[in-house]
Amino acid sequence: MTAQTRLAPVLFFVLMLLVWEGLVRLTNVPAYLVPGPWAIGQAFLQAPSVLLGSLASTLLVTFVALIVSALVGVALAVAMVASKWARAAIQPWAVVLQVTPIVAIAPLIIVWVGDPFAALVVCAVIVAFFPIFSNTAIGLGAAPADLLDLFRLNGAGTWDTIRLLRLPAALPYFLAGLRVSGGLSLVGAVVAEFVAGSGGVASGLAYRILEAGYRLQIPRMFAALVLLSLAGLAINAALAGLARLLLARYGDTTPR
Amino acid sequence: MLTLNHVARRFANGVEALHDVSLSLDAGDFVALLGPSGCGKSTLLRLIAGLDAPDGGQLVWRDGVPAPGALGFVFQDATLLPWATAAENVFLPLRLRGIGWADAGAKVTAALAQVGLGGFADARPHQLSGGMRMRVSIARALVSRPRVLLMDEPFAALDEFTRHKLQEDLLALWRELGCTIIFVTHSLYEAAFLARRIVLMSPRPGRIVQDIASEVRSGAAARLDPAYAALVAQITGHLRAVA
Ligand SMILES: Nc1ncnc2c1ncn2[C@@H]1O[C@H](COP(=O)(O)OP(=O)(O)OP(=O)(O)O)[C@@H](O)[C@H]1O
Ligand SMILES: [Mg+2]
Repeated sequence: MTAQTRLAPVLFFVLMLLVWEGLVRLTNVPAYLVPGPWAIGQAFLQAPSVLLGSLASTLLVTFVALIVSALVGVALAVAMVASKWARAAIQPWAVVLQVTPIVAIAPLIIVWVGDPFAALVVCAVIVAFFPIFSNTAIGLGAAPADLLDLFRLNGAGTWDTIRLLRLPAALPYFLAGLRVSGGLSLVGAVVAEFVAGSGGVASGLAYRILEAGYRLQIPRMFAALVLLSLAGLAINAALAGLARLLLARYGDTTPR
Repeated sequence: MLTLNHVARRFANGVEALHDVSLSLDAGDFVALLGPSGCGKSTLLRLIAGLDAPDGGQLVWRDGVPAPGALGFVFQDATLLPWATAAENVFLPLRLRGIGWADAGAKVTAALAQVGLGGFADARPHQLSGGMRMRVSIARALVSRPRVLLMDEPFAALDEFTRHKLQEDLLALWRELGCTIIFVTHSLYEAAFLARRIVLMSPRPGRIVQDIASEVRSGAAARLDPAYAALVAQITGHLRAVA
């Protein structure tokens, strides 16, 4: 990226903020309906440590859920490529999990799991794990036929073929899935916090949003939402950077 | 070395790729399998490699079916591992057969030197040109010291300059190593330049229609040799009779 393309989104963002603030002031909308960026900033600065603490709590759930999703997703995808039985057994369940609306089953999970933190992680994993799983499964199956023949010609077993060919070939697909799942993991964590409400850990960003809503502290509610968006952007950028780092030796020909 | 008796291959979708192919191949020979696209050349090569089984007839190896490593295969594309260096790619067949780097290192270095890539051991495929990638692919096949080298249109995707150079280098390697080469191509010029024996196949279902003996050529100068021109003319005549 050139300096100009790097600068463009920043300039656009600043412009949007100015337009927003200008419109809010011109139309005299009350802050409890639509707060301007200035009011939101002030609401954040009133008690930054509370909001940042909540952000840290939500991010912890997000990261643990993302790591669990990666481990479970890759393990299931590998099992599917290693054995036809596992493929037949796993495929339908993965789809069932994917189409299950998390808000519908979150209350049950919270009751079943007991520990509030673990319950949030389980909910976020259910939301986040599918892109990693399905991308990795596609990547494991996308090894070139000629290379598979070469492995066969040299008497390679299933495990060697997975370790030395299928897994490295799946890495770009896995990383693309991880990037999607990173955002979903955050969404899953927040949704689960919403459902858990004050019965849960009562410290995440969703709880701050709910709390501010009850007290009609709308600028504070927006401040929490802005933090959430920034966290999503940061996660996405971090995972994109990770992919660039890990795929540098693959050259330019691999999917990103 | 290898005899094919009435070999046939029909795929599940009903396509009859090979029809009654009988052929006897001698150890140390350089054989070109020449035929139009879709005539079953790759199918025949995969049968010889043991990657596919015939529906009729048999393949009889005089000294038994080659063990892994006794048979080298070079594909139309270089098919290297994109994440691995040239040396790691050449090491791969040995590694898969349980040979450690301590024993394989010298062989890998030698194979890379043989194909003229001595200085590129640590280069990754995306840092190499198409011709250099094909050289790595050939080194990967040679590193096991195969008795038989099967090549499926290895130079088809290269430009004329690179192709001529690689053809000449392959001839020199064959003379040096003394292995058997079975070389699939749809270029009659390539077949005439490289092979000592040219097996001409008909359009699908593939059958063998001509078996032409040639002589060993001695490098680049042979392209201007009247004998080479005469052989090209002879094969061209056969092609017209087939088509
Ligand atoms: N796995 C397969 N299933 C069904 N049909 C196949 C399969 N492999 C090859 N064929 C068919 O068999 C015929 C011969 O294919 P083959 O690849 O051997 O041709 P070829 O001579 O190598 O052609 P080319 O020069 O284009 O590589 C073709 O018509 C092809 O469509
Ligand atoms: Mg072919």
